[in-house]
Amino acid sequence: MNRRGLLRSGFSLGTLGLLGGCNLTDNETVQEVLTGVSRFNDRVQAAIFRQGALAPEFPEAAAVKDFRYNAWYGPDQAPVLSATDYRLNLAGKIANKQSWTVEQLHAMPQVSQVTRHVCVEGWSMIGKWNGTPLREFLLRVGADTTARYVGFECADGYYEGLDMPTAMHPQTLMAFGLSDQVLPAKYGFPFKIRVPTKLGFKNPKYVTTLFVTNQEPRGFWTDRGYNWFSGI
Amino acid sequence: MSAVEPTLEVQTHALPARISHWLMALAVVIMIGSGWRIYDSEPIFGFLRFPYAMTLGGDVGAALARNNDPGVAGALLWHFAGMWLLAGAYLVFMAWGIFTGHFRRDFLPVGPVSFLRDFIAAARFRLEHRLGEYNAVQRVFYWGVLALVALMIVSGIAIWKPVQSYPLEVVFGGFQGARVVHFLGMAAIVGFMVVHVALVVLVPKTFVAMTLGRATQRPHTEPGA
Repeated sequence: MNRRGLLRSGFSLGTLGLLGGCNLTDNETVQEVLTGVSRFNDRVQAAIFRQGALAPEFPEAAAVKDFRYNAWYGPDQAPVLSATDYRLNLAGKIANKQSWTVEQLHAMPQVSQVTRHVCVEGWSMIGKWNGTPLREFLLRVGADTTARYVGFECADGYYEGLDMPTAMHPQTLMAFGLSDQVLPAKYGFPFKIRVPTKLGFKNPKYVTTLFVTNQEPRGFWTDRGYNWFSGI
Repeated sequence: MSAVEPTLEVQTHALPARISHWLMALAVVIMIGSGWRIYDSEPIFGFLRFPYAMTLGGDVGAALARNNDPGVAGALLWHFAGMWLLAGAYLVFMAWGIFTGHFRRDFLPVGPVSFLRDFIAAARFRLEHRLGEYNAVQRVFYWGVLALVALMIVSGIAIWKPVQSYPLEVVFGGFQGARVVHFLGMAAIVGFMVVHVALVVLVPKTFVAMTLGRATQRPHTEPGA
């Protein structure tokens, strides 16, 4: 081995690094292929999803009290919904579309779970949530659970959707409480959809409309290039 | 002029091995480039961030302007497409190596004694890189990098599906533990690539063999080459 050889190898490694930095990703054909694979990954994930497989639950001591705030806007810009004026609107393939007040929502039987929130960026945090299984709510309002999706529209302009198997998963909650308190405004009062089998961004907050549909609902971050199914 | 012509050193690589080698190389570059940008969105080590120019995932300024997203979506698309290429090429490479006897013939035998002997020789620049025959250091490195790719696939599944494959992450010491293992495996593979590419530059005929299938050269006669 000689010095020139080392220099040359250093140079070729540098070239390799430069290749990664180019704008290949923004090429239209490349985008189409990558999005196509992402749609394929949706189908793979739906196929391996097992409704009986529960997300791990942790001891209550593991739950973080001061849960990480996360949104594309600051906590001071988070919507503050009125407990008296708020209504949950129902739409789509639901038999009883009467809207719900906070009081009515809170009156439903609740369970608690200590589960882990996993963010697409790589951080994770265990929290304690209280709420009603979404499954119970869907059955109570006469939702067509043979439909393929449940969609959500939110007070902060967010929108998301779940595949029906995930919506009917026993651990998917309408979470009314966090850390044994009524869900604070910055975490999504009056409720957030807590889905321990999905990445964090599939857990919409401030839900104002819930609908059942056979058309895949769009997602705020999915429209920005993230994978739709995003199961974990 | 010597009376006896020294026999030529010959290296051959079968087509399936070449194709899967290069696809695996491409996949590894894709996985590392996109993985670095994903890492940057939530660094494991506060002091370490990868320059965006060295990462894969599209123009950051454009993604910020368009979606208020620092190009992580693009990196994730690459990563979760590249994983299929990596897994596919790896399976073909492994199956070919095992079932044709290529691994047994060329990567074995190898042991700690021969490895130490060749490693010391290499450190003193006294190890010959012979075309068509792997020394003990090479053998250990090839086994090592193949094991590392398997580790990356398994730790990657633990990170991608921490609920569906929960027992896996327990093996890695939890979800964050799996992320650390995935990171360290990447670092070791980068280390392998640096040495691998440097040696290819020193013995360019190996590149010819891995690309065209066959290369020959006269044995080195100068000492310590």
